[in-house]
Amino acid sequence: MRKDGRWVKAGIAMLAVALLLLPFALSYAGTAWVRIANYALLYVLLALGLNIVVGFAGLLDLGYIAFYAVGAYAYALLASPQFGLHLPFWVILPIGAGVAALFGVMLGAPTLKLRGDYLAIVTLGFGEIVRIFLNNLSQPVNITHGPQGIAGIDPVRIGGIDFSRSDSMLGIVVSGPMKYYYLLLALMLAIVVVNVRLQDSRIGRAWEAIREDEVAARAMGIDTTAMKLLAFAMGASFGGVAGGMFAAIQGFISPESFVLVESVMVVSMVVLGGMGNIAGVILGAVLLAFVPEILRWTVEPAQRALFGRTLVEPEVIRMLIFGLALVLVMLFRPAGLLPSAVRKRELTQDRAS
Amino acid sequence: MTPVTPLLEAKGVGKHFGGVQALSGVSFTIARGDIYGMIGPNGAGKTTLFNLLTGIYQPDAGIFLLNGRNLQKLKPHQIAGAGIARTFQNIRLFANLSALENVMIGRHVRTHAGVIGAVLRMRSTMDEEHAIERRALELLDYVGIRARANEAAGNLPYGDQRRLEIARALATEPALLALDEPAAGMNASETLTLRTLLQDIRRDGTTILLIEHDMRLVMNVCDRVLVLDYGERIAEGPPVEIQRDPRVVEAYLGASHAA
Repeated sequence: MRKDGRWVKAGIAMLAVALLLLPFALSYAGTAWVRIANYALLYVLLALGLNIVVGFAGLLDLGYIAFYAVGAYAYALLASPQFGLHLPFWVILPIGAGVAALFGVMLGAPTLKLRGDYLAIVTLGFGEIVRIFLNNLSQPVNITHGPQGIAGIDPVRIGGIDFSRSDSMLGIVVSGPMKYYYLLLALMLAIVVVNVRLQDSRIGRAWEAIREDEVAARAMGIDTTAMKLLAFAMGASFGGVAGGMFAAIQGFISPESFVLVESVMVVSMVVLGGMGNIAGVILGAVLLAFVPEILRWTVEPAQRALFGRTLVEPEVIRMLIFGLALVLVMLFRPAGLLPSAVRKRELTQDRAS
Repeated sequence: MTPVTPLLEAKGVGKHFGGVQALSGVSFTIARGDIYGMIGPNGAGKTTLFNLLTGIYQPDAGIFLLNGRNLQKLKPHQIAGAGIARTFQNIRLFANLSALENVMIGRHVRTHAGVIGAVLRMRSTMDEEHAIERRALELLDYVGIRARANEAAGNLPYGDQRRLEIARALATEPALLALDEPAAGMNASETLTLRTLLQDIRRDGTTILLIEHDMRLVMNVCDRVLVLDYGERIAEGPPVEIQRDPRVVEAYLGASHAA
């Protein structure tokens, strides 16, 4: 046991060093790759948030991107020329998380009696409603600036550090995207800690009970209403944090960024990686965020080298491979790449009950 | 003689589903410390009564009083909080979770840790968490399946699943433990251990309401028995009287056998 513990610790330490050095390595390949890493981290934040709702409480949410949108717009409205407000980062992020949590409860409250497919349909509708609202809230009072979106969003500034510029510290040049990378990494770490600690707590067990058998959970004294709303609110608040970061990094947001496909993408990450398993969910998010980019950068040059011209658009191949990968995973590892023990039991055993 | 409040009192409880009168005007009282049996042919309304008592349905008529407290309009989780825990006729364990986790979930209603305590690993939360686990292990020991604490509940043998359900219900510290056919599907020796378990539970201060088809178990272990037929109370009293009651014999064996 103790020896295992030492290996785990060594592994974690190595992983930590690798994660800290990664942006420097990536920036050799080009700053674009650091940006890609940042988007991958945003997806990790989203997937971890959704994991609370889908993985822990077992509530299938296909409109999760709405909370990302709410967080992004909360940030944009409070730190851009749109209303002339320029609140600091550490004020906006909690507000964004709070507003998103409120939206989570708004989605949760009317859907408390729904499960499975029915819940999925309603949440899907909710996601679309939020997007369509954002698209149309430019009249009569211009709040969201409609489909044109909001530009000129303030970058993150903490103390004297401006995240939109490069700085050199001790002779090392740290670019803007690299700063965001470290900020996102810190946020991810915080959300991982929250996930891990909740999973093994009284609250986490109550969620598991609801996922397994709601009637029995109620009979055991679990207030399923409160627990479901809590799951929705917590999942949504992480989505809101990710959205705020997205707005700050991009500097520009529009409803187009929050379409249904994005919700589907986040659900795919959770399912592919392994619902309910935190490491699995992170793996799923990183794979689905990174692999398409790698393909984008390799497929075209490869074709040029082989045939002298581009025969198939990289985007087409990307979706082809993506689809194939999902089918294969569902066939051979239905509980995900790194399944949680409980989910594995659920999906691999037939029981007479 | 001063009147003692009974633990549970049902007054004129009725329920219909569409045109079917599942229960009509059923009244009974359960004294503290009793094992109270409820029998009747299939479809007599026993499980309906359970579901009304535990808040899964609301009665159309009548009320339940637990220690004199009206349970009307309480939701199932509030009824568990008030002190009634139940098991299910068709076992409803959290099948993919371990036996230990199942019992730990039963502690939910008597514990308090929230999100902040769990995320910050606050001292009080961690202490509570240890207490939950300790108590859950004790209860597994109590029902005799501690050795299987880490197995998935759904993989346990049938008799053990029944006992695990009882342990999970006991974890909520009920004043009244309501068991819906705990001996169903058990063989003779399993039923015998169940009988000892029920007597232990009663001895340790928990009153039991027992629905059961195994007449030998009911007659051996119950202090009083309520007989339902077509949603109505047809007899109530100590087992010896019940066995001789002509209406009971008629309900079970048909009119020609009634002496």
